[in-house]
Amino acid sequence: MIFEVVKCVKKVAIIGAGCSKFGERNDVTVAELAFEAFKPAVEDAGITPKDIEFVAVGTAGAGAWYEENLPAVIVSEYCGLSGAGLMRCEAACASGSAAFASAYWAVASGQVDVALAIGVEKMRQIDTLTMVEFIGRAGCYLWEFHNFGLTFPGYYAMHATAHMAKYGTTEEDLALVAVKNHKYASMNPIAHLRNRVTVEEALSSPVIAWPLKLYDCCPITDGAAAVILASEEAVKKFKVEDPIWVAGLGSACGTANLSKRKDYVGLESTVIAAQQAYKMASITPNIVDVACVHDCFTIAEIMAYEDLGFCKKGEGPKLIREGQTEVGGKIPVNVDGGLKAKGHPIGATGIAMLYELTKQLRGEAVERSRQVPLKNYIALAHNVGGTGHYCYVTILKR
Amino acid sequence: MSLSPTMLPTLKAREVKVAPEIPISKTLPFWEGLKQGKVMTTKCRKCGKIYFPPVADCGECLSSDMEWLELSGEAEIEAFTHIVVRPLTFMNERPYTVAIGRLKEGIRVVAWLTDFKKSEVKVGVKAKLKAFVTPDGNIMYVFTRPD
Repeated sequence: MIFEVVKCVKKVAIIGAGCSKFGERNDVTVAELAFEAFKPAVEDAGITPKDIEFVAVGTAGAGAWYEENLPAVIVSEYCGLSGAGLMRCEAACASGSAAFASAYWAVASGQVDVALAIGVEKMRQIDTLTMVEFIGRAGCYLWEFHNFGLTFPGYYAMHATAHMAKYGTTEEDLALVAVKNHKYASMNPIAHLRNRVTVEEALSSPVIAWPLKLYDCCPITDGAAAVILASEEAVKKFKVEDPIWVAGLGSACGTANLSKRKDYVGLESTVIAAQQAYKMASITPNIVDVACVHDCFTIAEIMAYEDLGFCKKGEGPKLIREGQTEVGGKIPVNVDGGLKAKGHPIGATGIAMLYELTKQLRGEAVERSRQVPLKNYIALAHNVGGTGHYCYVTILKR
Repeated sequence: MSLSPTMLPTLKAREVKVAPEIPISKTLPFWEGLKQGKVMTTKCRKCGKIYFPPVADCGECLSSDMEWLELSGEAEIEAFTHIVVRPLTFMNERPYTVAIGRLKEGIRVVAWLTDFKKSEVKVGVKAKLKAFVTPDGNIMYVFTRPD
């Protein structure tokens, strides 16, 4: 960093958070779904829509897998936000975090005192194979999809074969991630897949893109999440009792073509974004109490452990084998069920992570049995777009 | 009105068919080369960086002075996957293997890996990049067994 910009910005807090029920939501339009996250976020913050000066909407599939081409204004109108500053943010599966970052910068810069980051995705309005097509095209269409039909599970499966070859990671290790995340989703009322699975069930599920099987893959999910961000002045004005401060934020992108990466055993964009976030928050990974990491596929969670510095490179499988990422372990990860089982409505995911971590840091996790013990009151969200095409790491502190 | 898969009432949006025309003027020697069995790419004349996929402009030094060269095709597989669940437009294909191979020239290529038994496909296996025109007229390049 050329300038120590982070020292000049204003402090920003999350003062309200809301999340819709995740799942197959053919009962609602994109705006109605967004409202399910917006209303509880506003009520949680103790503000009204008129207090919100700037809105960033994270959503990826507008006009492709759902019908609205300009969803940001559809959502803002529906939520009574006309008049506020507005933009739509796209960073593939990290679109929610891109929206959060934009709202953060709006407040941190001093431009506004109250901003909304809202993520929403409607993914179940078209058939599954067309969805596989759209998401498969979301890498580098001409050089990876046009001739070769690379799918999204395929992208991560290639990382899995590379990780297995280099570090001896096994299909059982991958299955353990699914078992853990399904367990926590069964304890999370808003999760999409609430069934528990066993290692045997995961290993014998149908192959999607070998070595990834059905239970290694996140479901295709509809959902929305929202957080209200506020300046220190606004925190005082609205008498917020329990603000959750944004302590660190990092973002980085990787190459569009997978062929231009250095290796396939991790995501460099995660490493860079994490370093930025840790530096800004002045912390090291070992003092994080709880993390939500981007587990769109089981291998992604194992790589995230390593790239975020929760363990050394290659030791991710050991962390899951030892149960260190469970509640009560060294670093609880995805105890809301993760993308893997809570679901991955791609524009909402990054903000849904911040919703979960806000609840965890306040000691309000639902169900209580998945509340992590808080020691340092620090939480980390890791949201990847594509296969490390984009990455955002956000550190929260109570 | 129709019913969604969850049996809830829905309206069907108007259907649009979209197939954008992708410009290949600046990478034409690559597509022409494939027809002659060659895999061509570009190298920056100013800084010497070799690119794959081929590019008209150098992202390293911002020069647009590129030269074309033919790749050896000699590759080592660094990552792969056997894709079973295929996208809509690949439904008529049999399940296929996609691999990333690192070429002698130092660049990497994403392509199908063919001619190998599944049990033989491993990280580190040697392969050869081959260009050809398919019976239905598609220009294509794949990794195959080395000669």
